[in-house]
Amino acid sequence: MGTQVKDVIIKPDAPSTLLLDKHADYIAAYGSKKDDYEYTLSEYLRMSGIYWGLTVMDLMGQLPRMNRQEIIDFIKACQHECGGISASIGHDPHLLYTLSAVQILCLYDSVDALDVDKVVEYIKGLQQEDGSFAGDKWGEIDTRFSFCAVATLALLGKMDTINVDKAVEFVLSCMNFDGGFGCRPGSESHAGQIYCCSGFLSLTGQLHQVNADLLGWWLCERQLPSGGLNGRPEKLPDVCYSWWVLASLKIIGRIHWIDKAKLRSFILACQDEETGGFADRPGDMVDPFHTLFGVAGLSLLGDEQIKPVNPVLCMPEDVLQRINLQPDLLS
Amino acid sequence: KLAMSGVEEISDESVEVKEGEEFDVEAEDHLRDDFLLDPTRYIFYRDRKEWADLEPVPQDDGPNPVVKIAYSEKFSDVYDYFRALLKNDERSERAFALTSEAIELNAANYTVWHYRRVLLQALSKDLREEMRYITAIIEEQPKNYQVWHHRRMVVEWLNDPSEELEFIADILSQDAKNYHAWQHRQWVIQEYKLWDDELDFVENLLEEDVRNNSAWNQRHFVISHTSGFSDAMEREIQYCLYQIKKAPNNESAWNYLKGILQPLGLSAQPGLLERVLELKQTHCSPYLLAFLFDCYEDALENSKENVAEEEQQKTLKKALEICQLLAQEDTIRKEYWLFLGRSLKNKHGKLNNYTFELCVIHPELEII
Repeated sequence: MGTQVKDVIIKPDAPSTLLLDKHADYIAAYGSKKDDYEYTLSEYLRMSGIYWGLTVMDLMGQLPRMNRQEIIDFIKACQHECGGISASIGHDPHLLYTLSAVQILCLYDSVDALDVDKVVEYIKGLQQEDGSFAGDKWGEIDTRFSFCAVATLALLGKMDTINVDKAVEFVLSCMNFDGGFGCRPGSESHAGQIYCCSGFLSLTGQLHQVNADLLGWWLCERQLPSGGLNGRPEKLPDVCYSWWVLASLKIIGRIHWIDKAKLRSFILACQDEETGGFADRPGDMVDPFHTLFGVAGLSLLGDEQIKPVNPVLCMPEDVLQRINLQPDLLS
Repeated sequence: KLAMSGVEEISDESVEVKEGEEFDVEAEDHLRDDFLLDPTRYIFYRDRKEWADLEPVPQDDGPNPVVKIAYSEKFSDVYDYFRALLKNDERSERAFALTSEAIELNAANYTVWHYRRVLLQALSKDLREEMRYITAIIEEQPKNYQVWHHRRMVVEWLNDPSEELEFIADILSQDAKNYHAWQHRQWVIQEYKLWDDELDFVENLLEEDVRNNSAWNQRHFVISHTSGFSDAMEREIQYCLYQIKKAPNNESAWNYLKGILQPLGLSAQPGLLERVLELKQTHCSPYLLAFLFDCYEDALENSKENVAEEEQQKTLKKALEICQLLAQEDTIRKEYWLFLGRSLKNKHGKLNNYTFELCVIHPELEII
């Protein structure tokens, strides 16, 4: 039953132990290293970049190495008059970066650095008649933004300010014939979108609407012979899918359908022993995005050297316990 | 209307390559001498007289920047002036031209795209020309949210989708699974009701690559919005089985087949089980077996009152044998196959859990 499958081959000398100290050093130094072109180019997502870095440091118990006050001041400077928050200073506000900012402030227990009512107003204003959410005033619709909206509001304890029923209706209209979800109704099922929709349904108490066995099957089909996970059929594995797929499986109560040992060895193989950090697949260049999702994936798999991570919000569980937010999971 | 004396560089080499070469001091001196002979030399905005009225705004990384960042010179220059324009909310031709440069340096920067759209409207720019522009950008960078969203805005403003299907087909010819391209295609088709030739388009793509999951998804999209699946069911089943014969280990084809049959029930389709059992002889795969299991499960769930107990148990046995086989062959998903067997047995069977697990570990015992 084997057949030519799109996959990677893990070399025998690929890393097989977890190099947490190296990853902490990598993140702590990120942005101050010589080759800053990549850092500059990613300014348009800086807020999310900071969220990835801080979250992975916290999961590794290394948050104190980051500059708390500088970051809080930066976030304050990124809140616009309309209430929305931008990726960086001088950029326009957007739901993606509004969520990242609130996640960061929750890590630091400093949500009061923002005008919370204004944030809520901004989010509310982005909900459309059909229940969907635009990412910003230019109107791009995507289930990612439905997730950003409810996740931000849940963290702020203000979910009741939007039309939740309509929002749910829209997300459910994006459920496909294979049990998965895409970005808009009719869009191809994709692991990233599935994570957003599963997370959304968890936060809105609607997980019973998911066909957990069907979706669970689709998700565990993402696992390739190398042990890695892809995002949709016939695509290469990528360590970030260790998060999108794995967290989705955890949310719908079917994480045991994945071969954990094989996935773990794939994730470990994506580390760079010299520089620290994780790449999308073994041998490629590392970045903070893949570093977070590699470490978070390992946490979901039960690695005890890493703090438990919440599968819905991708934040340390102890942070969510502090703010009393425990989204539903199926069993 | 201000005319720019600095001519846009004609090379489309990446800026990174240029860093080492064009911008070192010796080369600059040399070029200054040759300026009159080479009017296409790139000139920084800070050196252009028609931009002298603006105060460039350097990068602000926050009130207490820990990090001193070294940008490439050209990048800093362009973005310093971009920030200056934004700060003054300048709505001018020179601002518009500068957004093109900023985009060339970083097409993912959504703030630049926003500003460009504001300018397109404020200056009543030629939207046909903008379509040509965005076409070229997407050809270079087809996997970027901003460029596709921008194209959609322009198509909406023009209310003219006439170029879209051909353009998207061209992008898909470079990467047939480009998620953004497919989104845009679905939007255009639905918005402007361009369904007519889409099924043919999908079939051509599937001829090229029968494993293209995006194309299978599109097939479902088209049929569900046009004829629906009731009359088309037999044709679709035949189509799936035909494609499966060509490439048996094709998750997409099997997901599609199951997806279209599910609403009515797999066992409701006359003759389907027999066709799949026939296919099993020559074109077996884990997907075929999983599908067979689904057929048996559906039969057990929806069996009529007069179906004998013995018949039921036979069906159950066949289903459990499949799970056993798959747990051994598709070991990476062993837990899933064991789960399927256990749940089916719990619902319909007389075997206990221990017996079932034993069957998987010791198939030679032939317990079931």
